[in-house]
Amino acid sequence: MSRIEELLNQFSEIAKSPKKQLNQYLAQGKKAIGCFPYYVPEELVYAADMVPFGIWGQTGGTINQAKEYFAAFYCTIAQLNLEMGLKGTLDGLSGVIASSMCDTLRPFTQNFRVACPDFPFMFLAHPQNRRPEYGVEFTMAQYKNVKDKLEEIGGAEISDESLKNAIKVYNESRAVRRRFVELAGEHPEIVTPKKRNAVLKSAYFMLKSEHTELLKELNELLEKSPKVEWKGTKIVTSGIVLDSPSLLEIIENNNMAIVADDMAHESRAIRVDVPEDEENPMKALALQFAAQDYDTLLYDPEINKRPEYIVNKVKESKADGVVIMMMQFCDPEEIEFPSLKKGLDEAGIPYVKIGMDQQMTNFGQARTSLQAFSDVLSVNK
Amino acid sequence: MSENEKVPAKQKLRAVVDQVYQNAWDAKKRGEPVGWSSSKFPAEIAETLGLAVCYPENQAAAISAKHGGQRMCEHAEAMGFDNDICGYARINIAYAAGYEADEKPMPQPDFVLCCNNICNCMTKWYENLARIHNIPLIMIDVPFNNTVEVSDAQVAYIRGQFDDAIKQLEEISGNKWDEKRFEQVCANSNRTAKAWLKVCSYCQYKPSPFSGFDLFNHMAVVVTARCKVEAAEGFEELAEELEQNVKSGKSTWRYDENHRIMFEGIPCWPQLQALFKPLKEKGINTTAVVYAPAFGFVYNDMDEMMKAYCKAPNSVCLETGVEWREGICKENKVDGILVHYNRSCKPWSGYMPEMQRRFRKDLGVPVVGFDGDQADPRNFSEAQYNTRVEGLFEVMEEFNAKKGGKDNE
Ligand code: SF4
Ligand code: SF4
Repeated sequence: MSRIEELLNQFSEIAKSPKKQLNQYLAQGKKAIGCFPYYVPEELVYAADMVPFGIWGQTGGTINQAKEYFAAFYCTIAQLNLEMGLKGTLDGLSGVIASSMCDTLRPFTQNFRVACPDFPFMFLAHPQNRRPEYGVEFTMAQYKNVKDKLEEIGGAEISDESLKNAIKVYNESRAVRRRFVELAGEHPEIVTPKKRNAVLKSAYFMLKSEHTELLKELNELLEKSPKVEWKGTKIVTSGIVLDSPSLLEIIENNNMAIVADDMAHESRAIRVDVPEDEENPMKALALQFAAQDYDTLLYDPEINKRPEYIVNKVKESKADGVVIMMMQFCDPEEIEFPSLKKGLDEAGIPYVKIGMDQQMTNFGQARTSLQAFSDVLSVNK
Repeated sequence: MSENEKVPAKQKLRAVVDQVYQNAWDAKKRGEPVGWSSSKFPAEIAETLGLAVCYPENQAAAISAKHGGQRMCEHAEAMGFDNDICGYARINIAYAAGYEADEKPMPQPDFVLCCNNICNCMTKWYENLARIHNIPLIMIDVPFNNTVEVSDAQVAYIRGQFDDAIKQLEEISGNKWDEKRFEQVCANSNRTAKAWLKVCSYCQYKPSPFSGFDLFNHMAVVVTARCKVEAAEGFEELAEELEQNVKSGKSTWRYDENHRIMFEGIPCWPQLQALFKPLKEKGINTTAVVYAPAFGFVYNDMDEMMKAYCKAPNSVCLETGVEWREGICKENKVDGILVHYNRSCKPWSGYMPEMQRRFRKDLGVPVVGFDGDQADPRNFSEAQYNTRVEGLFEVMEEFNAKKGGKDNE
């Protein structure tokens, strides 16, 4: 087995077994904090010498107890996050951080807080008017609440120094992951969609310093790998999360290479670094959030930037089309779909919209649509 | 006009809303900018600057009540908007895109005022409006609050946006901010809020001097005209009428009042008749609706005003939400609760199961839910609704019998 394969296997193993990861960290005497989507300042957790654990629902999970809190018309991410809390899957975490960025997450925060009272609960409200001074101040106040609670859980103060160090670690991690996304696009013969996902997903279950170390090695090896001409087609994925082995396999089997993405779980989470030249690290974190953009969850004061951004992404990455993974009952993604469609149509970029959720067991329709889309792209090529 | 021919307050209040829309048409004709505003955007700003404003949520409700909701929703769906999206948003976006709605026409906007205190859906809905017409969007973001108290940080954040909104609207209107005028507008707004709360408070009488469903109809006034002195006057007159009703034993609820319930949520506008039918048949009056406390914006200074706009349904924590509702349930002596699981409104319906449990435990009254939609008739089943109301009725009867039994012991 080549070293590349070894590394890819290692990432896959980790991505598949968050519980094992958690137990390992707990055995080392570390505390872990659950971070629900979106834009949680994990740096604070890292600086508190705890392990941030990303929780983005559970692909293949079943909603049962969460039905006591949510009617059926809520996205599976939120429902499964609650389900995991209720079922004990999240046991071992010393607390959770939850943002309230969409209309499902608003009640989710309340439901989780009362349904799972054993987890110290850190609430996060991000400002949508995030760029003006008053927006930055509000983000800082929100992050300060989280910081205070983390200090309470950890029993120690989070110093500016450790926070600055965490920021460095995270900036590096983001840079290395962004580089990986490019390299995966250049080497689809090695990094299949499933493997690509595993590398990015595993970052949610590892200390970023450890993840970076492994990923740097992988990146170096990929850089050295000879370029092979890709016979299949190239796509950009867009949506909230795409970690379903079945869906990834269908993409793989249709010879579609993911050359870039606009997934909340992947690239949207690593686009923006924290400024390192800002004296106050709390302000630096707030400035990072202020600079976030092009997301269905974020207010866009310039109204039209997201479609443009995605069109450019497609052009830059020389993709043949876009696969839009539409999470069922996700209104931010749904309400921004027509604009995206318009932008893509105007740019002459083919796309397909695939309805999905995390409880999905029947992939027939997705398979048919993706197959047909792949045919269209091949003809266009 | 003699005393005997006095125009009923109800009619006056309706005229107030009509005038709001007429003002907008007139402004449009004069070439002045017209705005569209979310229902809980601080109306005081546009009113102070003399800007004409229409209200998409109110329009969508009116279109739905006149059975145009499904048609407009389907237009939006054809544009690519998923049918999961709030029906109000779908209806209004379709209208903005040029699909006509004779049920409630209003002039197209030259600017939009978005305040997302009630939901995040607003943010993207209004961005879509701004895109369709390529017009300015003024955004006041009110983040969800996880605690009963509104923090100083939140007040400062909203204040900052409030001041920016004023600057933007000064430019749009070409008018200068007038502090005196603002004070007057705030005074009107407070007066309306107090009169509205007073009207709602008459539900506490047994029997109630009016049908609680009437409150839904007056919503339009609170949403569109709360800063106008005519609205305050209208509600004050209505309160007087209700006072008279109490004295003379009259009521707009012309049926038995065997039971009194809280109706939780926005009604299904397309099926108001269907909602009403089993209630009147069984003598169940609605004496509490969540809108009552939710629109009673009363404040004494700027900070309090900022806080008032943080206290919208769907922006307050579970505990505050429960407290509001349990407060009006107790005041208005309800013996049952009917919960609308509104398919359009995710933030609202999202914590209802937990609230249901709390109502049951804290108030000891039966609580029953049904599935519906405020605007899209396809999400409501009359059969299910009737069964649920039937179920609620039976349990209320049982509770009553038990209570009666005890009283006789
Ligand atoms: S953004 Fe969409 S997928 Fe994410 S929690 Fe909200 S509704 Fe669910
Ligand atoms: S019904 Fe709910 S989702 Fe729709 S606009 Fe109103 S608050 Fe928002």
